[in-house]
Amino acid sequence: MGQTIAEKILAAHAGIDTAKPGQYLWCKVDATSGHRLADLEALGVDRVWDPEKVFQVDDHQAPPPTIVAANKVKDLRRLIKKYEIKNYFEYGRGGILHQVFAENGMYAPGELVAQCDSHSTAGGVFNACVTNANLDAVHVLAFGELWFRVPESVRVVLNGTLPTWCVGKDVILKVASELGTDYGLYKSVEYVGPVASQMTMAQRWTICNMGVEVGAKFALFEGDEKTDAFLKGRVNRPYEHVTADADAVYETEYEFDLSDLTPMVARPGDPGNGVPVESVRPERVKVDQAFLGSCTNARLEDLEVAARILDGKKVHPDVRMLVSPSSQEVFGEALRAGYLETLVDAGALVEHSTCGPCYGGHLGVLGDGETCISSSNRNFRGRMGSPLADVWLASPATVAASAIAGEIVDPREYL
Amino acid sequence: MAMETVRVGRVWKFGDHISTDFMMPGHRVLANPDLSVEDAAKFCMEANRPGWAESEVQPGDILVAGINFGCGSSRNASQSLKALNIAVVLAESVSRIHLRNAVNSGLPTLVAPGISGFVEEGQSLEVDIVTGTVKNLDTDATLQAEAWEEGTPPYEILMAGGLEPFMKAKLKERGLISG
Repeated sequence: MGQTIAEKILAAHAGIDTAKPGQYLWCKVDATSGHRLADLEALGVDRVWDPEKVFQVDDHQAPPPTIVAANKVKDLRRLIKKYEIKNYFEYGRGGILHQVFAENGMYAPGELVAQCDSHSTAGGVFNACVTNANLDAVHVLAFGELWFRVPESVRVVLNGTLPTWCVGKDVILKVASELGTDYGLYKSVEYVGPVASQMTMAQRWTICNMGVEVGAKFALFEGDEKTDAFLKGRVNRPYEHVTADADAVYETEYEFDLSDLTPMVARPGDPGNGVPVESVRPERVKVDQAFLGSCTNARLEDLEVAARILDGKKVHPDVRMLVSPSSQEVFGEALRAGYLETLVDAGALVEHSTCGPCYGGHLGVLGDGETCISSSNRNFRGRMGSPLADVWLASPATVAASAIAGEIVDPREYL
Repeated sequence: MAMETVRVGRVWKFGDHISTDFMMPGHRVLANPDLSVEDAAKFCMEANRPGWAESEVQPGDILVAGINFGCGSSRNASQSLKALNIAVVLAESVSRIHLRNAVNSGLPTLVAPGISGFVEEGQSLEVDIVTGTVKNLDTDATLQAEAWEEGTPPYEILMAGGLEPFMKAKLKERGLISG
């Protein structure tokens, strides 16, 4: 019987030939993050299993807005030195972990990574099994291994041709609106089909990033020349693309024809509340804040499309637009390409690369009754600040167009 | 095996997709890392059920929820539920990350298909966390929840009382710590 991508990768890391859904395995893990170093120290362990394979960056309260946060990151730096962690990225050389770790070669096809932060499913864009370990990331730090229940696999076939001005974000909002936000619960989701091939790495990345928003353990794409192009110069170890066998067994297979897709927004409350933007247009939803940032949609091409829409135009007088590139590397590229200049001229506030506004931490928390259109990943009540605020999720193009209009609009009106 | 495996408590019911943002609001907890575990727990369900954590829930109560309980962020919301002395969590389905956090925190959290229609808020349940048998003490009806199979890693970790005691034993066994 054939195997899915996740079954192959988990079996290889457990030292067995085949893995079956429902099986519990102890697997060797290829890399993890350093979030749990303090827990390792508290357990009395004086070394990590492999300092080369631990990556860390401070991104949520970065740089620290309070003395408590400053002392926390100060202690992190002490632990980084104590445990001789090589891949640590200081402010000005870092950004949001999922982007920074990838830029620095943490993920390669066929690998298994368990690290902190729920959006770790993002790493599946590299044809690797990347998922969240939270408390038990300390187990990886100590032993280089972790238990997994082999997940059932589901396959999402993306057919057709993606219309101009629709991107990965519109695809995942569409898929989640039809299948619900639990179709991937405990599962490995493989995205395949013509649209999967057509999409850029950045677009696929958004879909994998929001893997956790549909409950997935892994959200995977196959590897191709676009994967290799991103990894070139970043990953120097050998790797091989992993594909599912022709007779691999999927619990469910879903098919979407995306040729008629139009830009999507998710109404407040749940990422599965997606509807076409044009259906919301008549409601004239006023926007107080437009946020272009987060690990979901703040890559170079996201900033490029926003700059193209805002070029020569102004952010609406009643709107503040916050822009936070996904990493310092992306910040530099966008700076040199002139995108940030365009955004600044349009009246946007360009922040450093941070998780801050997305999780309601700092640098753009919402007040009572405010409305935000956001390129991020979650619109749960209270997510970005006040429980009385509304968060709508959309693509970078829709965020940029809405920033100009002062209300939620279809980006095609502005292109 | 000092863990109390049969637990009786009064039920609070919640709906589908109860996120960890509801249980541990980011602007309250993540933005204030010096907040004690007990103080953080006071904000549990603040956005969706104001006042519940501060004045309604009692030690030993049982939380019943719908599908996809604990969706969203990987923050360890079980820590807040434990601080409120919730005895057991039963849900139609539980997010993967939250389920692992619950096991690692030593908070029995069982997937119990059918639980939403099985019990009303305020009724009492008796839950055997090893066998997964759930009894409604008000109606005498029983329901089978999915228990962890004996010998599986999550079973071993939960029965050890959580990840910390589990790891201490393993570290000693491998000679990585002394004592």
